[in-house]
Amino acid sequence: MPFVTAGSQRNAYDVIVVGSGAAGGQSAYALSMEGAKVLMLEAGRRYIPATETPMFQTPDLAPLRGVSTPHKPFGFYDATVDGGWEVPGEPYVRASEERSSRFEWWRARMLGGRTNHWGRISLRNGPYDFKPRSRDGQGFDWPIGYEDVAPYYDKVELLIGVYGTNEGRENTPDSPPECLLPPPAPLVSDLLLAQRAKRLGITAIPGHKAVLTRPLDYERTPARLHPHNVTAQRILAEDMRARAPCLWATPCGRGCSIRANYQSTTVHLPPALASGNLDITTDAMVYEVTLGPRGRASGVSFIDRTTGRHHHASARAVVLAASACESVRILLNSRSAQFPDGLANSSGRVGRYLMDTVGSSASGQIPLLESLPPLNEDAADGDQTYVPWWLYREQRAGKLTFARGYHIEFGGGRRMPGYGTGAGMEWLTGGSYGVKFKQDVRRYYGSFVGFDGRGEMIPNERSYCEIDPTVKDKWGIPVLRFHWGWSEHELQQAAHMQRTFAEIVDAMGGRMHRGPEQDPAKAIAPGGSIIHEVGGAMMGSDPKTSVTNQWCQTWNVPNLFITDGAVFVSNADKNPTLTILALAWRAADHILELMRRREL
Amino acid sequence: MDRRTTVKWMLAASAAWPLLRRRAARAEASAVSVQGYGTDPNLLTVYHPGDLWPLTLTPDQRRLAAILADLIIPADESSPSASAAGVVEFIDEWVSAPYPRHQRDRGIVLDGFKWLETEAVRRSGTAFAELGATDQHAICDEICDVSRAADAKRDAARFFALYRDLTAGGFYSTPVGRKDLGYIGNVPQARFDGPPPELLRKLNLP
Repeated sequence: MPFVTAGSQRNAYDVIVVGSGAAGGQSAYALSMEGAKVLMLEAGRRYIPATETPMFQTPDLAPLRGVSTPHKPFGFYDATVDGGWEVPGEPYVRASEERSSRFEWWRARMLGGRTNHWGRISLRNGPYDFKPRSRDGQGFDWPIGYEDVAPYYDKVELLIGVYGTNEGRENTPDSPPECLLPPPAPLVSDLLLAQRAKRLGITAIPGHKAVLTRPLDYERTPARLHPHNVTAQRILAEDMRARAPCLWATPCGRGCSIRANYQSTTVHLPPALASGNLDITTDAMVYEVTLGPRGRASGVSFIDRTTGRHHHASARAVVLAASACESVRILLNSRSAQFPDGLANSSGRVGRYLMDTVGSSASGQIPLLESLPPLNEDAADGDQTYVPWWLYREQRAGKLTFARGYHIEFGGGRRMPGYGTGAGMEWLTGGSYGVKFKQDVRRYYGSFVGFDGRGEMIPNERSYCEIDPTVKDKWGIPVLRFHWGWSEHELQQAAHMQRTFAEIVDAMGGRMHRGPEQDPAKAIAPGGSIIHEVGGAMMGSDPKTSVTNQWCQTWNVPNLFITDGAVFVSNADKNPTLTILALAWRAADHILELMRRREL
Repeated sequence: MDRRTTVKWMLAASAAWPLLRRRAARAEASAVSVQGYGTDPNLLTVYHPGDLWPLTLTPDQRRLAAILADLIIPADESSPSASAAGVVEFIDEWVSAPYPRHQRDRGIVLDGFKWLETEAVRRSGTAFAELGATDQHAICDEICDVSRAADAKRDAARFFALYRDLTAGGFYSTPVGRKDLGYIGNVPQARFDGPPPELLRKLNLP
């Protein structure tokens, strides 16, 4: 009976996992496959990718050709349920509406959370990324180094399936043999980018993305991931066999009914459920971690969203994996005489040092890519190619006006036409209409390339969240209020991205409609809008200045763990999901060890 | 792109890329309407204009909508006209939708329609629909490029730009539009080999 209602849960579990996305899925998987009895609580509804994913639906079958609306901000077919920048009945507060200091918070209310729609870009943090303060004096060092996390990056890549190559680039780690799947063939635009960027000293290499470009190695991998556990090996082998490789069509952001990419619902939860050790309750909105005797967490309180009733679930340990900000909210709302400022918050650091990724985008039109013959360039839905940060030496030599790096995500190709095809082309066509317009659209279709810069934000004092003193959501739960501010490091980095995009477009023989945006405040995307929000409960080696230890275990409450992005100490330019997965697995192994030692 | 949906791939629109991303990145919260399809619509249903909210253009407006759409995308040897591909129904759905962006566009489109009729009467004393093709083109030629339009016609030119975007978006997202552009994807394949070597040789790519 894996899906249970509030009334049919067991009396006690080994571990309660709050959340079912990357952190919750990975935590529940690692714990239940090794025998722990786990209860997962997910605030959103049950979601079934096999039957709900609009794989081949075309825009003409959707309302409004599938464009973004306030109800579906990433488009009609985006795999987000009851979410987006706003969740109905669940507001949050911004301390400022100014563009430079506003924070936006993307949530989903569905099993699997945001892993159903995420970009699937899966990059390892490098050695520098764990010790940034030691390198440049800014921010904080992690209590762990790359060598501590590397074995878990290996395991995660083997489990979820990530394509990519080993290029030996600085601070861009190679994976051991057999960890990575082969990357998709590059598109015409990828090859042109690589050729022309090279002339600028910029190296483009294959991207890393959680998409199966071939079947997983179900014969050997299970034994590597679960040594000495034949039951887990058998379950995982069966499940890996059932995941189909990419069929080279359909957008990953819709989710994948054939399970060819990573989402918690298609990769973590099926084998975890098959172990018989995982119960899942959906529509369970957790709002408090309860304290028991001896300063230990006794369980969590939650609201059944279908009935509005309050319930309590008990376990030997609690894992918060609700997303960085939602986990912070639960901690800050868990007040008691012992913890008047929120649970596990003796350091005062819960909610502090929120980070997002620095984002800036541009596009160019490339005459060399005009009027190409019909080509199927769906590939694995983009990200065949990216540019890792390439100016480490210049940065070390003090030649740049910002301390940290960024990478460039690149896109081009003859993608599925939709609303937007043929739009805004006056600058190229002089305003043609009629037969000439149709010729122009044919000519320019597929000749546009896009650049997304993704850079490291240094944590600062002005970027944090706290409980709003008055606003509550429709369940009566106090909500978060966000404060945000950039430093010159981020602003200068965004402006640098824009200049780089312009140089690359120029090197590709192309043109931009408007020049690069050189006002840094306009070049940088608002806080939170890249949806890489992390921090708020950072790990550390000192209980006075951190919320958890290196095992994601809170200093104050030994059986309370936080395995989502809240524990991040820095936010490297590498997209955070792969690191969230690796740290969550590492924490789960520690929990299992503590249970074996009867310390939990 | 991140995510980034994606909106990422609304890219087709050259100039519109950063703009659209930024728009998508903005929380248009206050504007969420109680109507619309809600935050958990069935994604597998096939939707037709009029299924989710009533269409609101009058018969006269729809006639004008079709004439203008077909001036922008007429039939040629490659594909049928915009109206034959269902663009009028799409535009009616768009300007009738309850969302803020669509309500804003409704004002621009209906004002533009009025301007076209007024301009037709001013020039020829007749409705736009009754004008010959030459006269219709003469009016459109003056508003087809915002950057070249006379100051007095700047608003009309902005309307025309929006209407061209709507027409193109409605047309190229249909099967005949995809075929017109030579889009051959969205089909399952056993393997993906990338572009053919002869094309790469022609483009001097490795």
